[in-house]
Amino acid sequence: MGEKGRKNEGMTEFPQLSLHVPEPAVRPGDQPDFSNVKIAKAGVVPRPEVDVASEEIRDLAYSIIRVLNRDGDAVGPWAGLLSDEELLTGLRNMMKLRAFDARMLMAQRQGKTSFYMQHLGEEAVSCAFRKALRKGDMNFPTYRQAGLLIADDYPMVEMMNQIYSNESDPLRGRQLPIMYSSKEHGFFTISGNLATQYVQAVGWAMASAIKNDTRIAAAWIGDGSTAESDFHSALVFASTYKAPVILNIVNNQWAISTFQGIARGGSGTFAARGLGFGIPALRVDGNDYLAVYAVSSWAAERARRNLGPTLIEYVTYRVGAHSTSDDPSAYRPKTESEAWPLGDPVLRLKKHLIARGVWSEERHVQAEAEILDEVIQAQKQAEAHGTLHAGGKPSVRDIFEGVYAEMPAHIRRQRQKAGY
Amino acid sequence: MARMTMIEAVRSAMDVSMERDDDVVVFGEDVGYFGGVFRCTQGLQAKYGRTRCFDTPISESGIVGTAIGMAAYGLKPCVEIQFADYMYPAYDQITQEAARIRYRSNGDFTCPIVLRMPTGGGIFGGQTHSQSPEALFTHVCGLKVVVPSNPYDAKGLLIAAIEDPDPVMFLEPKRLYNGPFDGHHEKPVTPWSKHDLGEVPEGHYSIPIGKAEIRRPGSAVTVIAYGTMVHVALAAAEEMGIDAEVIDLRSLLPLDLDTVVQSVTKTGRCVMVHEATLTSGYGAEVVALVQEHCFYHLEAPVVRVTGWDTPYPHAQEWDYFPGPARVGRALAEVMEA
Repeated sequence: MGEKGRKNEGMTEFPQLSLHVPEPAVRPGDQPDFSNVKIAKAGVVPRPEVDVASEEIRDLAYSIIRVLNRDGDAVGPWAGLLSDEELLTGLRNMMKLRAFDARMLMAQRQGKTSFYMQHLGEEAVSCAFRKALRKGDMNFPTYRQAGLLIADDYPMVEMMNQIYSNESDPLRGRQLPIMYSSKEHGFFTISGNLATQYVQAVGWAMASAIKNDTRIAAAWIGDGSTAESDFHSALVFASTYKAPVILNIVNNQWAISTFQGIARGGSGTFAARGLGFGIPALRVDGNDYLAVYAVSSWAAERARRNLGPTLIEYVTYRVGAHSTSDDPSAYRPKTESEAWPLGDPVLRLKKHLIARGVWSEERHVQAEAEILDEVIQAQKQAEAHGTLHAGGKPSVRDIFEGVYAEMPAHIRRQRQKAGY
Repeated sequence: MARMTMIEAVRSAMDVSMERDDDVVVFGEDVGYFGGVFRCTQGLQAKYGRTRCFDTPISESGIVGTAIGMAAYGLKPCVEIQFADYMYPAYDQITQEAARIRYRSNGDFTCPIVLRMPTGGGIFGGQTHSQSPEALFTHVCGLKVVVPSNPYDAKGLLIAAIEDPDPVMFLEPKRLYNGPFDGHHEKPVTPWSKHDLGEVPEGHYSIPIGKAEIRRPGSAVTVIAYGTMVHVALAAAEEMGIDAEVIDLRSLLPLDLDTVVQSVTKTGRCVMVHEATLTSGYGAEVVALVQEHCFYHLEAPVVRVTGWDTPYPHAQEWDYFPGPARVGRALAEVMEA
């Protein structure tokens, strides 16, 4: 018997060790079960002062802040921040993102691009968050926060040009679809790697503080990649230097095929990771537009008042596949999204607006049609500049440009060899 | 002009840069109050304040990751990795982030950062304080890689690196900090104060990145080296009485290929020297280029003298280090071929 399998004969007073490997409650073919997701009633979680110490609000890292109740009413201390007009804009932005996703998924299936990642079920997180930031603030997003661009009125045509890698692609065909970049819209270039941007956001925020600026940064990460060491580095630096940064964790339950329990381990929640760093940590209903806005505004105010970082876990559910290269029916029950207890963000806000008396089923149907038309118009414009395999393309020269500010001789020689 | 060690020269480069540009910030492990384990940042915190020169947690990915974020904001971070051997936790941030931000965002964001790191052996540092990882950087498109061999170059090149719009890996041969160490470890090293290149202007000047320097003109054989090995090569040529032309590359990426090709075309013989390990080392790239560009001028096979393909040992340091005797034997070998 080899060293690995040998039992230690001397240690008789303890049982043999065994390795714990977490498993989700259910798998394909089983009944969806979210009984382990403990959900506070809307309105019950208190709203502390922004200068609260993290240890005074430990509970907020384990509960879920919610504003919209089952009847569609906004209740509790986190309610009342948004006007009718702002809420209608929020609904429209989420609907636009959903329609945009649907069209681009279809375009991917039609072979117009290689790859796509949608937001279905998670629209409230990025759309509402954007409204808590101001012009000049900077997001360091992952690949599932395009709502930051949509809600900041970044042109959909530009997004599509990037997705199609066409002749008008602002990134000249160099990046995977949806890895947008827009400094002007406070959207840092998406890496495609995971977690690296989290610590970069902290650095950006530190720079703003070094320069006595008023701008703040927002870091984004998913539940799965909180396991990366960069997440830990980011929390250390944010905590040490009290960086004016909002540390966002989007917990959509699934990291491709891996359930959130693998990254979360023994800590009760992802938000709770902030407590050990002395960073105020809150958990929020990510499918509640009003709650997302309220909590992110609270965190933004903390940052602007130089009170330091805030960690927010958005509890949501990835209704769609991870990407167009993924089939979730292989690892989770097909009907799981329907059983998700926090509902659909678009339908919940719609219901609230109807309850407020400023929206109706008819207007919703009409808005859907208008938005679809807007998306299709943008798509037509983008496709006039080409798609991945047809029409206008970026130049082969673009492979060689922009590696450095000034092209070094060896790259110039290679470009010439390529015939350009 | 002042007499400076290489430590004083890199400190002066940071000082001059911080004085001229408020956006230059300096940080790293032990870099703030104490001034760095090699004292390269001594006095900078006292002069420029804690928000422009500060200590960090022991987290290289944090140091480089925050530097990248600061650069995206518009600052020019010049950070210290305490030993080049410690850079690996930051390798993801260096290779997939810093190196590609300009490219992937089509210039929407850029990454003007400098990573200073003491490199190479000769101080009984064992396997975790002696490495020369330059080839791990030269293989990455989007980085610039600089290795100075003396105080004058160190200051001019570091100022150029700080002013460069792209990320620069600045490897400081730690055995050269206090003098032009030529591999004769049994003898005391001549201090920089007695060397021409220890004369350093106190003010601002820069040396363009990408230009090699011929340290010893010669006609018999070209020796290509950088960092500590420049001085080892000079000693070897002298001791062997061989009229070698010694090229100090200074910048590995971009490489001054013209200077290399001109020299080898003239001498017809070439020895490539570095302290880093042999296989897939930086010398392999240079030798391939020499072969491509000078094949019909070569009188002998090109020879490489490098560290052995093993981890850097502790007690057997001087059997590992490619000193003047080994370089001298290689010179004799190419001359006899």
